[in-house]
Amino acid sequence: MKNEFKAISQIIQNSKRVLDIGCGDGTLMEHLKSKQKNDVRGLERKKELVQICISKGLPVIEGDAEKELIQFPDKSFDYIVLSQTLQAFLHPEEVLKQLLRVGKQTIVTIPNFGYWKIRVHLLLKGTMPITKNLPYQWYNTKNLHMCTIQDFVNFCNDKKIKINRSLCLTNEKISEITKNNMNYKNIFSELGIFLIE
Amino acid sequence: MNIENKNIKKLIINESVKLDCGKIIKNFPLAYETYGTLNKKKTNAVLAFHALTGDQFITNLNPITKREGWWTFAVGPEKAIDTNKYFVICANVLGGCMGSFGPKEINLETNKKFGTTFPVITIRDIVKVQSFLLKHLNIDKLFAVVGGSMGGMQVLQFTSLYPDLAYCAIPIACSASHSAQNIALNELGRQAIMADPNWKDEKLTPDKGLAVARMAAHITYLSKQGLQEKFGRKLQDKGSLKFSFDADFQIESYLRYQGAAFVDRFDANSYLYITRAMDYFDLEKQFNGNLSLAFKNTKSKFCIISFSSDWLYPTSENKEIVIALNACGANVGFVEIESDKGHDSFLLNVPKFLKTLSEFLNSNYIDFNNEK
Repeated sequence: MKNEFKAISQIIQNSKRVLDIGCGDGTLMEHLKSKQKNDVRGLERKKELVQICISKGLPVIEGDAEKELIQFPDKSFDYIVLSQTLQAFLHPEEVLKQLLRVGKQTIVTIPNFGYWKIRVHLLLKGTMPITKNLPYQWYNTKNLHMCTIQDFVNFCNDKKIKINRSLCLTNEKISEITKNNMNYKNIFSELGIFLIE
Repeated sequence: MNIENKNIKKLIINESVKLDCGKIIKNFPLAYETYGTLNKKKTNAVLAFHALTGDQFITNLNPITKREGWWTFAVGPEKAIDTNKYFVICANVLGGCMGSFGPKEINLETNKKFGTTFPVITIRDIVKVQSFLLKHLNIDKLFAVVGGSMGGMQVLQFTSLYPDLAYCAIPIACSASHSAQNIALNELGRQAIMADPNWKDEKLTPDKGLAVARMAAHITYLSKQGLQEKFGRKLQDKGSLKFSFDADFQIESYLRYQGAAFVDRFDANSYLYITRAMDYFDLEKQFNGNLSLAFKNTKSKFCIISFSSDWLYPTSENKEIVIALNACGANVGFVEIESDKGHDSFLLNVPKFLKTLSEFLNSNYIDFNNEK
């Protein structure tokens, strides 16, 4: 399991209800279900991946978070997980509103556009950055709303969204983001992981 | 067709059952069939519900019609619903014509067939009656309930009535309340039957009317694309149009065959009663307009499956069920299977569907046995 999922699992307490948005092939759900006794649900757009999840016995619904979240009652999950997908929505702000409504807490991870390799790529090459985490060309990328760790934190502050925890992935290691190391983390982390409510 | 056949297993239900219409029935037969063996822990029982024109002979050769069972693609040894592994039970619905209590049975009070004096039945009646089968077979908890189309409606009604009786539930290509379009199509079929002059004469059978009803219904089970690909404008055994009303086109010939074959095995009045039960099905209304209350207490794990080209029970209607289940926090998965075979997809060889069905059952079977 990738480090990002390990970090997410550590945030989630055992036996809680979890909704994984864009759950893919269900790797994280499987782990939460079997190792942490979480009551898991998933939402996934791609049929093939939904079929894989169902074959693993995971309750996954085929659908698009921008349309499907409305059906869930307020605070019906202890945690909602949104892994590296926020930037791909047409209306990320609306999705985030729904997440905060449906989940008591939400874990959002974002690929950090402030990562130094991205900055250097744009600075030196003068073309849209392509990295391991963001492997697309500008014309075929699904990522419509890229942001940096600092952008996301600013956004949460502006919208009065409470950040309960902020972590980041730097050189494959998970660490806390604090006020003091913010500038540093915004340059050297590939991924931001936030627990918000 | 003589169905007083020793190949038909019947449970005589002695208790009185109050139907939704208010009438009480008792001492009536419920015909059923089982496949595979019930294991010692009794953890492998699967109750499958048939659709409008199905019967208890879900797989293998139907001993009465001498045709393949209606769900042979899905049920059998090493099939998705593996009879080497599961104990599969299937009953002929109340109102049916394969040995269960229905309009073609003799009313002992009048010594005549019930015909249209048979009480109007509902999906809830149909499901309640089948629950007697579980007592009879000594099964406390089913591993799964499964069915497509009207069979799916029974799955929904079953899990709503008996929230703790099935570990998992698979409603396929169905709806929680019959749409206006589907009521209209059923009415078309019923009117075709009633327009046949033979229908009023209990000694005769309204074969023409029933055949037309079947032909019309059969079109609704397919998709436009599927029909076009299979038949197009191909002619039947002819090089050119005959300038007549014979079956010039293959599709006409195919439909006529479907109609003719159907009347040999189905009772016209059963068709009226069962389509009526489908039309009356409105689980949302049973719970005052809040479908999620229907599943409030359910403990079953649901897997809802729809088909992309099904316009009779479209994905949107299947999704209503998913939404209701999510709203009450039930355990639910949902997938739409790509297929151009229309509503009939669930009965046909659609590998992605059969794989999903098989693997959902497999993984849940492990969980169920671990929990027991």
